[in-house]
Order: sequence, then structure tokens, then C-alpha cells
Amino acid sequence: MRSVREALAGFGRAPLLGGLSIGAIAVSLFIVGLFAVAAHNVDRALSGVESRVEVVAYLDDGVDEELVGLAVAEIEAYPEVQQVTYVSKVEALYRASQELTEFSDVFSDLEVNPLPASLVAQLGEDDRTPDAAERVAERIESYDFVEEVRYGREWVDRLYRLRRIVGGGVLLLGASFAVGAALLIGIAVRMAVLARRREISIMKTVGATEAYIRRPFLVEGLLTGLVGGLLAVVLTYGTYRLVDRALLPLEWVPEWWVTIGLGFAGLLGMAAAARAVRRELRGIDVY
Amino acid sequence: MIKLQSVTKAYGRVAHALDDVSLHVAKGEIVFLTGASGAGKTTILRLIHMQTRPTKGEVRVSRFSSSRIKRRELPELRRRVGYVFQEFRLLENLSAGENVAFALECTGSPRAKIGPRVQKLLAQVGLAARARSYPRELSGGEQQRVAIARALATEPLVLLADEPTGNLDERASSGVFELFRRINASGTTVVMATHDAELIRRHPDIRVIELETGSVVFDSAAAGAAP
Repeated sequence: MRSVREALAGFGRAPLLGGLSIGAIAVSLFIVGLFAVAAHNVDRALSGVESRVEVVAYLDDGVDEELVGLAVAEIEAYPEVQQVTYVSKVEALYRASQELTEFSDVFSDLEVNPLPASLVAQLGEDDRTPDAAERVAERIESYDFVEEVRYGREWVDRLYRLRRIVGGGVLLLGASFAVGAALLIGIAVRMAVLARRREISIMKTVGATEAYIRRPFLVEGLLTGLVGGLLAVVLTYGTYRLVDRALLPLEWVPEWWVTIGLGFAGLLGMAAAARAVRRELRGIDVY
Repeated sequence: MIKLQSVTKAYGRVAHALDDVSLHVAKGEIVFLTGASGAGKTTILRLIHMQTRPTKGEVRVSRFSSSRIKRRELPELRRRVGYVFQEFRLLENLSAGENVAFALECTGSPRAKIGPRVQKLLAQVGLAARARSYPRELSGGEQQRVAIARALATEPLVLLADEPTGNLDERASSGVFELFRRINASGTTVVMATHDAELIRRHPDIRVIELETGSVVFDSAAAGAAP
């Protein structure tokens, strides 16, 4: 209780510096927050694209449908595979004419159906990775009646690279802004220690423990972090709503991201305060 | 209670604030530490309070030794060794009572006990009626009494005083000194640094240790007579 009172008094003593520290944390976490919203939505878009990641095996003409049926059952038993669909030659032609309407004349004039039958294997949610797709493709290729297997490897790879870059960007930016915010909190706490130099010196004279002396500053750091974090959440949410309404539909980040963000802000504040106060207190002894 | 064994304290490379000083202050004793400015009086008090460590030799206070004490043990030592400064060093924004309560709060006294204890301490220094007065409203002598009450808050075994009457007129000075005598009479060891020759002359029964440029040049206990 004393620590909270002292910490609030600390804010009161240097409101400008306290406000600056809160502002710095808020701005840094706001930027991270924006990236988080972007990353979350890119992620969501990727998983939408991912669900379309499939391995397509084109079959030789005239293959025995019974054999194909057996193969379908076998392939469906692969751990990575969720579902296998057989697309016959006729169905392929029908789909092509439906999807590529500008060529409908060409399709209707055909005497021989040039399109091959195919097996389309959809991968399970956890297996929509380049490795899994490649594994499944290799196994399907081993069937004699399979002429060619395609699974858009490069495309899958590119999607993953993009996701990694976005993730890495958020992490790097977050880290550098966190360092900036920590430095500012450090300065604020150092100023607070200096402002209370006389009191601290008397505390040391009469025999207060270091932990007792340190506590209000740690609470001040924690509160600075938490208030800054909350402000960042409000700013991020406001921006998200604005973009969502005016520009493009977005989805808000999961609640636990917000909780982790706030927890991180609080811890960051406290850690920065702890570091500053430890260094500063060493310099103060009994007069 | 207090023992300095061949203590040398050097600040920087050249100047020796203390040079091979050995002295012993028994439990319950009262001692004047005297000498010109810069003779080493404050250095001895700071060494006993373990604000600084000797460059050579050892300082022992009760069971604490300067060569073995750990940083985290300092609060415990300082609760047993009270310190009074020449310039009082009260917190200006706190009343007399709050200044004393501050020492009790930050050394972990139970909240319920603080109020009655502050009253008792202020009564002990003759300021029971001034608990609500702020330092600026008190005379120098009264401020020093508040500082003494604060130093007594942790019931120290030893009370160190660095020129406690240095900023006071003669009347206030003798009042504060009598207070130290009473504190000593109740069993607390008192070491008082002073260069007030008149004060020393008026109390020939009190042991005097005189320092000159970092060395003990006279100790009435060893000489068996007053200077």
C-alpha cells in the first residue's frame, strides 16, 4: 500500500517525466500492436490460402477406375491427408468449360477430351506445410498410373517466407521499441530516485533494507508499464476500428495477445525500474 | 562494543584521513571525539556506522566486523547504531512526529505501534507537545532533539553524533548535551564528535579522544586524567 502511495506520489512529483515514460511505452507498444493486428490478419489470410493447398495427381488415360478407387482409399489413410477427391476426365472437362467460359466454344468442338483425370488430395490442417505436401506428392507419384503430380511448391514456400518475414519484423520492431521504452523508464526512475535522495539517505541511515527502499520505484515502473500498455491497447483498437470501417475489413487480435502485451508492458516497466534503481541506489549512502 | 584495530583510511592515493588508529569504546561508555576540522573525527564515525570501510585494519561494532559484514547486513547494523548529524537532516515536508514515524515505518515497525512509540520518543527528548510542528517552525535545538528521537527509534545500542551542537547556541547546546547524557545513563553507548572545547572542559568526567591529522594524539582513558 505504501509502495503504491509512494509510486503515485512519484508521478505527482514529476508529472511531465511520468507522462513521457507512459507515452513512450504507449507509442512503442502501439506500433507493435499495429504490427500484431497486421500480422494476425496476414496470418488469417494465409490460413485461408493454405486450406487450398492441395496435391493434384494427373492420371494416365484409360486407367482402371477400380484401381483408382483402391488408391483413393490408400491415400486417404496417409496421416497428412484429410480428403481425396477423384475428378474424372469428363468432370475435368465440365469444370474447365464452366470455369473458363471464354473457351466454351473450343471445349464444345473437341472430338477427344484432352484433359486427364486427376486425384486431388487435401491436406490436414496441421500438415499444410511445404514438407508435408512434398512427402505426400512423392508417395502419390509412385503409383504407376500417375503421370504427374503438382502441388505448387514454390507458392507454398513463398507464403511461408512471407509469414516468417512478417513475424520477424514484428519481433525486431517490438524489441527495439521495448529497449527505447525501457531506457525512458530508467531515466524517469533515476529522476524519481534523485528527487527522493534525501529520504533514501535517511532510510539508509536508520537501517531500512534495500528491498524496502526499492519497492516504490518498482511499483512505479510497473504502473508506468501497465498504464502505457493500456493506452497502447486503446490506440491500437481505435486504429483497428477506423481501418476496419473505412479501408478494409480486419479481425481484432485474440484476447490473450492483449493480455500478454499488457503483462509484457508491466514487466518491462518493472525490469527497467529495477535496473535503474539498483544502479542509482548504490550511489546514495548516508550523506 | 566498538573496536578499531590499526585502522587506516585513505581517500585517493595520498591523503590519509586516518593513520593506524586503534581504540576501544566499552559498552555504556560516553566519549568525546575531538580535534580540528579534518582531523578524522567524522571518518571514525562513518567507519563505525560502516558507511565506509577501512583501507587497512578492522572496525568491530558489537558482533559486526568491517572485514566480514555483507551489504545485506548493513540495515541490521544501522538499526543498532543511531546517527545524529550536525545539520539535523530532517525531512522538511514532514512534521516532527512524522519524521520520527518515518524511521519506524521504514524499519518495519508494526503500524499500530508507531503512534504510541513516536509519542514516547518525542516525550523522551522533551518535545511531546511539538509533534505536529514542522521543522521550519522549530528552533535549532528542537530540530536536533527531533533528529535524536529519530535516531533512537530503532533502540540502538550505540548513538553516534557528529558535531550535534555545532549549529546551536550555548543554551540549546547544553540542553542537547544533557539529553545525550540521559540517553547514555539509560545504557546506550554514545560517541560524540565535537570541537567545542568549552563543552569538553565543562565535563571533565567524560573520556576524551583527541585526533590530529588522522592519528590519536590523546586519550584521557589511557592518560588517566582530563586534558
